Amino acid sequence: MHGFANPARFLRMARWLLPLLLVPGLALSLGALAWGIAFAPPDHLMGVTVKILFIHVPCVWLGMAGWSTIAVSSIAELVWRHPLAGIAARAAAVPGAVFTALGLATGSIWGRPTWGTWWVWDGRLTSFLVLLFLYFGYIALADAAQRDAANGGSAGRVTAIFGLVGAINIPIINRSVVWWNSLHQPPSITLGRSAIDGTYLWPLLLGALGFSLVFGAVVIARMRMLLAEIQTEARLRRKALG
Amino acid sequence: MHERLDQWDYVWAALAIGVVGMLAMVGWSLIAMIRAERRRDKVRRK
Repeated sequence: MHGFANPARFLRMARWLLPLLLVPGLALSLGALAWGIAFAPPDHLMGVTVKILFIHVPCVWLGMAGWSTIAVSSIAELVWRHPLAGIAARAAAVPGAVFTALGLATGSIWGRPTWGTWWVWDGRLTSFLVLLFLYFGYIALADAAQRDAANGGSAGRVTAIFGLVGAINIPIINRSVVWWNSLHQPPSITLGRSAIDGTYLWPLLLGALGFSLVFGAVVIARMRMLLAEIQTEARLRRKALG
Repeated sequence: MHERLDQWDYVWAALAIGVVGMLAMVGWSLIAMIRAERRRDKVRRK
């Protein structure tokens, strides 16, 4: 893992990895969405609104995957002091927050014709809204920590601890429909098992793969941006002092 | 009172928000990256 600790080596790799993830990611995402919208049959209960599945589910999965990335990177930062781990965690926060917001918006749109309401304060929806607020807090804290680090402080550890503590919400979101009564359906896909018919499952899985590749590309783009900002700041500081 | 819902309206609305949101995030991240790297290169050259 420490082989990627060198920012120069990472930047060399990121230069070709970014288009390699982004182009197939966009093609797969849009292709799978078109496949689902055009060819998946209407559900006998939900009608054509079942097609919202193909955009809603990948967004929700990546909202949770974003915080999982933050948690794993925070462990790497705190335990191994990996120099790029904090940057990776910060880079995952914005796409994670965007996918969480998109998951909430598309879920709300799906809820209106299916449940008869845009929103209910049940376990699943509320814990997912809490995830969005955790992202806002993390992004604000990480920005403050970067300014603090520029002045020689060590607030980056506080951000990493917040990233770890916030991860407690991920299993709560996952199990919420099992623990509490909810309008939201129970999990349809678990490890090695699916209650979804293949006509819905394949475009969903392809779309999820495409969205994941786009997520990876955005994380790499934001890591390059953060590294460039740190390098610029360091050079300007050296010039000012020297 | 019964309201008649056209289910397709909801499908298109969800699709538009999802796709436009994702593409906006990709575009914003790429532009921010290019700007930051240009600024770094400019500072290096000075």
